[in-house]
Amino acid sequence: MSLIASNLSLKPDEQYHLDDICFEMLQGQIYTIIGRTLSGKTTLLKTIAGLIAPDSGGLVLDGNDFGSIPVWKREVAMVYQQFINYPHLTVYENVAFPLKQRGTQKAEIHNRVMNALSQVGLEGFQSRKIQALSGGQQQRVALARSLVKEAKILLLDEPLVNLDYKLREQLREEFKSIFNTKASADSILIYSSTDPVEAMQLGGQILVMDEGRILQQASAKEVYENPNSTKVSQITNDPAMNLFEGMVGEGKIILSPEIQFDSPTHFKGLPEGTYTFGLRAVAITLGEIGFPFAIELSEISGSETFLHLKHNEINLVGLLDSVQSFSIGEKVTVKFDISHLYAFSTDGSLKSSPYGGLM
Amino acid sequence: MRLFYITLKYLAVTLWSVFVIAPFLWAISTSFKDFQSVTGGATYIPWVDFEPTLDGWQSLFKSPARGGVDIVEPFLNSVFVTAAGSLVSIILGTLAAYALSRYTFKAGPMRNGDITFFFISQRIMPPVVLAIPFFIMLGKLGLLDTLLGLVLVYVVLLMPIAVWIMVDFFNKVPQEIDETALIDGCNPFQAFYKVVLPNSIPGIIVAGMFCMIFGWTDFFFAFILTFTEVQLLPVAIVALNSSITPWWSLSAAALVSVAPLVVVAFIVERYLSKGNLSGALK
Repeated sequence: MSLIASNLSLKPDEQYHLDDICFEMLQGQIYTIIGRTLSGKTTLLKTIAGLIAPDSGGLVLDGNDFGSIPVWKREVAMVYQQFINYPHLTVYENVAFPLKQRGTQKAEIHNRVMNALSQVGLEGFQSRKIQALSGGQQQRVALARSLVKEAKILLLDEPLVNLDYKLREQLREEFKSIFNTKASADSILIYSSTDPVEAMQLGGQILVMDEGRILQQASAKEVYENPNSTKVSQITNDPAMNLFEGMVGEGKIILSPEIQFDSPTHFKGLPEGTYTFGLRAVAITLGEIGFPFAIELSEISGSETFLHLKHNEINLVGLLDSVQSFSIGEKVTVKFDISHLYAFSTDGSLKSSPYGGLM
Repeated sequence: MRLFYITLKYLAVTLWSVFVIAPFLWAISTSFKDFQSVTGGATYIPWVDFEPTLDGWQSLFKSPARGGVDIVEPFLNSVFVTAAGSLVSIILGTLAAYALSRYTFKAGPMRNGDITFFFISQRIMPPVVLAIPFFIMLGKLGLLDTLLGLVLVYVVLLMPIAVWIMVDFFNKVPQEIDETALIDGCNPFQAFYKVVLPNSIPGIIVAGMFCMIFGWTDFFFAFILTFTEVQLLPVAIVALNSSITPWWSLSAAALVSVAPLVVVAFIVERYLSKGNLSGALK
């Protein structure tokens, strides 16, 4: 089974919400759409569900036109970010709802509902009212309702975004194990998120979206190692990849008169000229030998410390794997791990990556 | 200072309660009096100031020929017209409000907000402006002085209230709930009546209550559009007020006219306070 989108476009106002979207998705795979807010993720999911009609382009499922099927007849299930359930029904009735709509036999409904509730860890909750559940439990009910349909396409629109940190981490693990078993084997699973960590953890294929366009489609590993543009590098890293202008010349990288260093080996063959360099926060630490920067802000996050650093026009975010305190304006020596340096052309396309050499 | 404010608060509440309850107590007391007790000076406490009698209440069921005021038929007429008018208004108003909340309409320069305002603008006009057109239209349709004519007029008057309240209510129900129902296999109409409607009961109750209150208490149109065949309760009660007003009958009739609204208010208050409907959508 495959879902093919060809040239999907939607422009309800001045801006494109979907701009010439093309992809092919296969059964048994997890596809994560990652993009900033208003990048078109939800619009794309709703278009696949049939809730939004595109201006042009089409959807084909298993060789059949999928775009002309009304939403209530499409074999899709969807989980929203806002814990959408039916408040007037119990947990059991909520999960059974799509099966009742299909006219499934009562005994089969019971078996499938109980199975779905057990999959999401809600055994014993079947007679509860939705309002009596926590946010995390409500989202599990929504997931159970989408799983019980055994739909060909399962759409999850930022399902963890409204949960607190702890619960998000816990549910992310549970979702992953659910998706890696039954759900993803029988269907095409499409998950949207703004969180790069979530996208990478789910694995599978990643579609990076921005302003209604797909910027890159590849495996999670490929997107992480070789982001094909500065935009992708920003969207798929948290914190966003540090980008700074510089020159390549005479075997050296020159960022400023004070910041110059030897070109890394993977830059060998890169023509001399002006580039935008990229370095993840994790590759920027403090050391005895390095470059002078001033601390603009330090943020403690769990067991790590994020440092916002400034040197003339160069602003960077570095990451220390310990909790440390700094005062604003404090001078520090910053070390770059240049074996992880990326080079992008000035128009933003990837020219050299530590994982793929020259592009 | 705190004690002063608490005292002030309770004083205000007490004064307001007396202001609201006193007319009821007065009417209840008067409804159990006879001619002598009403006209013979101020009397307040039954069995002490006056001997209570059921004459006022019994007169409600007797025909004028037997010395009564007979408000049974006007009462039933009012029940029918208010119930039918409110029911039709709620059904049509809810459907219209749902459409205005969920779909985008363009009629020339008008958009959804303007159309909603157009509905409610019917209520901004003074009733007297509508009276003549209603009179002419019902006359041409042969519906003057009929229950059906009154029901039609009340639907026109009450539906804007239902639309106004329900549009606001539906706007607060997330559209994603309808979308989820569609994805779960409902067609648009099933999504409305299986999912949206059951979750809109508090709004429907509030809209229904307002319709019933406005319909039940209307005097103006009931007076203008009826003559001899049909009489509604407010008109019948006002008709009792004459040079020989039977105050005991008038008081009993007034209490009868208030009773349905009191009963409805108690039922609705208990229903809403269950808490499983209002604010059900997180």
